[in-house]
Amino acid sequence: MKTDNKKEEKTVQINGHEHITGAEALLNCLLEEGVDTIFGYPGGAIMPIYDKLLNYEGRLRHILTRHEQGAAHAAQAYAMVTGKPGICFATSGPGATNLVTGIANAFLDSVPVVFITAQVVSGLIGTDAFQETDIIGVSMPVTKWNCQVKKPGDIPGIIAKAFYIAKSGRPGPVLIDITKDAQLEKLDFKYKKCDYIRSYNPHIPLHTKAIESAAIMINHAERPLILAGHGVLISKAENELKAFAEKAGIPVALTLLGLSSFPSDHRLFTGMLGMHGNYGPNLLTNEADLIIAIGMRFDDRVTGNLKKYAKKAAIIHIEIDEAEINKNVLVDIEINNDAKEVLKSLIPLVKENSFEKWIREFRICDKTEYEKVVVPETKPETGDLKMGEVVKMVSDLTNGNAVIVTDVGQNQMYTARYYKFTQPNSLVTSGGMGTMGFGLPAAVGAKIGCPDKTVITFIGDGGFQMTVQELGTIMHYKIPVKIIILNNSYLGMVRQWQDMFNSKRYASTELVNPDFTVIAKAYKIPARKVSKREELKDSLAEMIAAKGPYLLEVVIEKEGNVFPMVEPGSSVAEVRLTY
Amino acid sequence: MKEFTISLFTEDHIGILNQITIILTRRQINIDSITASESAVKGVQLLTIVVRTTNEMVQKVARQMEKLVDVLKVFVHTSEQIIYQEIALYKVTTKGLMSGNIIDHVVRAHHARILEVSPEFIVLEKTGHKTEINELLAQLEPYGVLQFVRSGRVAITRQVKELNSYLIEMDEANRYKPETAEVLN
Repeated sequence: MKTDNKKEEKTVQINGHEHITGAEALLNCLLEEGVDTIFGYPGGAIMPIYDKLLNYEGRLRHILTRHEQGAAHAAQAYAMVTGKPGICFATSGPGATNLVTGIANAFLDSVPVVFITAQVVSGLIGTDAFQETDIIGVSMPVTKWNCQVKKPGDIPGIIAKAFYIAKSGRPGPVLIDITKDAQLEKLDFKYKKCDYIRSYNPHIPLHTKAIESAAIMINHAERPLILAGHGVLISKAENELKAFAEKAGIPVALTLLGLSSFPSDHRLFTGMLGMHGNYGPNLLTNEADLIIAIGMRFDDRVTGNLKKYAKKAAIIHIEIDEAEINKNVLVDIEINNDAKEVLKSLIPLVKENSFEKWIREFRICDKTEYEKVVVPETKPETGDLKMGEVVKMVSDLTNGNAVIVTDVGQNQMYTARYYKFTQPNSLVTSGGMGTMGFGLPAAVGAKIGCPDKTVITFIGDGGFQMTVQELGTIMHYKIPVKIIILNNSYLGMVRQWQDMFNSKRYASTELVNPDFTVIAKAYKIPARKVSKREELKDSLAEMIAAKGPYLLEVVIEKEGNVFPMVEPGSSVAEVRLTY
Repeated sequence: MKEFTISLFTEDHIGILNQITIILTRRQINIDSITASESAVKGVQLLTIVVRTTNEMVQKVARQMEKLVDVLKVFVHTSEQIIYQEIALYKVTTKGLMSGNIIDHVVRAHHARILEVSPEFIVLEKTGHKTEINELLAQLEPYGVLQFVRSGRVAITRQVKELNSYLIEMDEANRYKPETAEVLN
């Protein structure tokens, strides 16, 4: 980077503390918190911070995305693969509002991201100044916490608090809005990490009585089922989940965001829950006599019709966020705590057990699903290419070891169904929010977070065009992500619903698309288009072997539908395997 | 549908009221009345919000309120569980009130107070429950009510355990950290 006029300024020391500007203080705070990567986009109000950022070269790496939304998604993906909070910068006004989709996305999926927005000078706040927006008001419903800083001296304390809140308890995004004058004025800098806020208590003492009661229920159950979610990954409880399931012999089903928290080749693994989840775990949820829900929130896409959900089962809910307990499903035993801590106490209390007959019921379902859905989807011999076979082949070629990023829609559901995840935190997807356009910028963040892993993103032709500008970021920083566009020339998931529920009235779902390989080439990204089955394996191998970024457009059958499916309003037991 | 009084103890930070009302708005719960003041504990604000909803829903929103970083403690009470009052001011035409010859009755029977008398109007004050306040209003209406205003509810709980002991407990719980607890990452 050319920085001809880069002049290091002298730091004045007063009383042993550095006398520096608010902008420098912010960057020092980030260093204190172990940050080395920032995703962002500059603008007028945030210029003092960007100016100082030049002096931090080698210590803080800034990735300039091509849109603030891209920076937000990239920071979230970075957090998901590294376990460290993502950092995202944007300027005031439109810069800040462009983050909102990304903030909401991180909020619904409980991902720690520290958003820093700049604000107009404090004297102008409230006057509708140029590029002024009330981002505190706007982001309030979609952040775990937010705060405006108008005095430089407040920066260290607020940033310390922001990191503590973002990372602890149920993680989530926080937003700090710093006025331009607070960035420019000076303060005596000292930093102390935050580990205590009176009104906020992420460390809950274990409720041993509830855990003992849970163990008794588990030891007496005949058809128990574990439903594990994102909370298992967040609390790093994969080993505990495995040990618990193995000792108690209980089958495990995962939510979309829980995928990769339990090995998909494990004998107790029964698949994914929910609208496009597997046949067995959906159908048999309503046959279980005990459900042990761990780090999941009974989202409507998981439960289907609540009035007909798991009526034969007692429910134990292990969940760190008390507000999630009894929100959608009334539970019998609530254990409001961290999944890892609870499982560690629960494991010694449960007896060694096995439920072979019960597990056989899942295997029978698997066989049915395999014959009716999996074989036609992954091993077609004629006709156009199918999404399932593409994902399955990528899974085989990478042995389930790649970090997989998806966009939203059919591409996402096929990936969730047919990629065999073996490594924790190897799926980056937009769950709660279902944000189209997430895939490409998230792939950027994921690859920067784990440069030594193969990062592959599956994106539909619709979602790709929502954030296509991030090809510029990939080109700029030579980020070796592998992009697979599953192109069916439709907004596939919406078209599927129109097909099934709106008598095939395809309202605004057919797309007239550009030549994606030409777009990639304009960004100097090698690209190939494949539509023939006999060329698929070869083209995927070429993509995986490529040293730099690579875009592979796969032409998919136009009107493929994802099954199984729990139709909206239906019970999970009414899961459909075919049309 | 039932009437509930939600008492929230919060840190004295800007924007906290907004965060709380967002939770009620999302669930389409109307605020019947709201008051805010400093509590007996210095620096701790007390918000008293009266809502009409189901027991199940009020529990859900209370948990979501307590989850807010700046909220210390949330209590939900039915009207029977608390001692509460509201205050109302009535501005009535002097001519009307005097001609009706009821001023004496109003003050005695309703335990109202006269705050100000002028040739044009008389200002009355009454403390009580909403129904009592409305009863007096109905009685005054024929004589020409120029202005009427009723405050939000102020409430005191009957529970023996006070906020201070909760604060101490929360403090201890907060300082408790399991040996292995690492804040994420």
